[in-house]
Amino acid sequence: MTDLSDLYQEVILDHNRRPRNFRVLDNATHQAQGHNPLCGDRLELFLKVDGGVITDVGFQGSGCAISRASASLMTDCLKGCPVADACTLFDRFHRMVTTPPDVEVEDLGKLLVLAGVREFPVRVKCASLAWHTLKAALNQAQKTSTE
Amino acid sequence: MTPVAAPVGGPVLDVARVRTDFPILGRQVRGRPLTYLDNAATTQKPQVVIDAISRYYCEYNANVHRGVHLLSELASEAYENARRTIGRYFNAANARQIVFTRNATESINLVAHAFGRSHVGAGDDVLISAMEHHSNIVPWQLLCAERGARLRVAPIDDRGELELDVFESLLSDRTKIVAVTHMSNALGTVNPVEDIVRIAHKRGVPVLLDGSQAAYHMPVDVQALDCDFYVATGHKLYGPTGIAVLYGKEALLESMPPFLGGGDMISSVTFEKSTWAELPHKFEAGTPDICGAIALGVAIDYIQSIGLAPIAAHEQSLLEYGTAQLASIEGLRMIGTARRKASILSFVLDGVHPHDIGTVVDREGVAIRTGHHCAQPVMARFGVPATARASLAMYNTREDIDVLVGALGRVRELFG
Repeated sequence: MTDLSDLYQEVILDHNRRPRNFRVLDNATHQAQGHNPLCGDRLELFLKVDGGVITDVGFQGSGCAISRASASLMTDCLKGCPVADACTLFDRFHRMVTTPPDVEVEDLGKLLVLAGVREFPVRVKCASLAWHTLKAALNQAQKTSTE
Repeated sequence: MTPVAAPVGGPVLDVARVRTDFPILGRQVRGRPLTYLDNAATTQKPQVVIDAISRYYCEYNANVHRGVHLLSELASEAYENARRTIGRYFNAANARQIVFTRNATESINLVAHAFGRSHVGAGDDVLISAMEHHSNIVPWQLLCAERGARLRVAPIDDRGELELDVFESLLSDRTKIVAVTHMSNALGTVNPVEDIVRIAHKRGVPVLLDGSQAAYHMPVDVQALDCDFYVATGHKLYGPTGIAVLYGKEALLESMPPFLGGGDMISSVTFEKSTWAELPHKFEAGTPDICGAIALGVAIDYIQSIGLAPIAAHEQSLLEYGTAQLASIEGLRMIGTARRKASILSFVLDGVHPHDIGTVVDREGVAIRTGHHCAQPVMARFGVPATARASLAMYNTREDIDVLVGALGRVRELFG
């Protein structure tokens, strides 16, 4: 049986308690709202893109520990990231959280702590919300949903 | 908190014996005994109901009201017998007033369409309350949008009680129907439905009561309530999913056009004109959930063999125990503290999102609901995105509450 600590790893609990980049960007060039209608999680993502590179990121919103930690970890990874790489990272993250639990996944560095959600299928959407919102922001869509 | 239907010296529920009637309660989940506290979403089924489903398909499966053969006769008789059982449960004057539907949502939509479209016009009002389930909001919103009518909402106070004086002040000559819940699924509030009906009737306004939550916790007498419509769903009455009922006053049901058209709801059909079947068949187009209706009848018989008064007393005592136990948990806030409530413990925990609570307690074998409970306006009213909700049924025990409290301790350990 999977232990709860596989899901709620210390890093996740820490990012939930003290989310990084939890702020509004006044000079954002891209922003989007994410919503998970199943649980009511909402988040707003702000990006500053300069010359094809994400130079600053911030987010706001309310949600469970998984969605909050995932958003926090994502913003940490995105600073200084070329837009093209961010899009690739979306795909790699999505693959990681949807790979069956017994199959090995790519090492995505600090994002690997979220691989534990694979054991908790109903929580995959929580981990993905920030990433779907990122995609919407980069596509300049106003709102996105995990549904 | 006052008991809803406390019997004085009445029979006491033998919960240990009741539990043996529900096979699922003996199973383990995630290596632990199941602690099922999600009854407001759906209740578990007693063996007699499971057997009735199996017996129907093994012994007399046939379509109703059609064949002259024996099986069709048996199925039709059992189906209509279930209707009579359900009619007696709600003390309907006549079984003709009990219409079978798929779920409570369909029952409300039936009224919104068949009654609403013939009675609600431009500039009219439909009055609901701020504690409704989405199923008693959205059908009226759709109706109002179509007819150019206005949806008015009677507010609730910080305890989760309906503000009855404001409700009364919102009634006017333009109000064409009142639709309120008998008991809130998100808060546990039991509404003063006798007063609601009386106040609305003073203005000549018919009242629909959504009994989805109330009907398995307390006796309901539709004649004493004098409500015009009453809605209940089978799967919360310890019956199967896919079957529900609408009770309506006979004159109203007679005056309403059909909801869905098709087989079984007609008297005669030509390409020029069709005429409608008698009540209740006018509202039961197509082959119904025959097995579901029969099994619901068996579930109702089962409830009555235990007795609603002992069930209500048992659940009320558990609710009081659970309320006290949860209050001892640091940082826990109860959402819904009405003076008259039943069987629902809805709460939030400081610093922990309800979804995380749900995942952690699930690992301890505890099934609760977390989320907005299809009552987003209630969540908004209390300023929370979601709650965790433990909800009780006749087979729950103090041990179930203790296991929940222990599991919430685990939540605290993890999240600090």
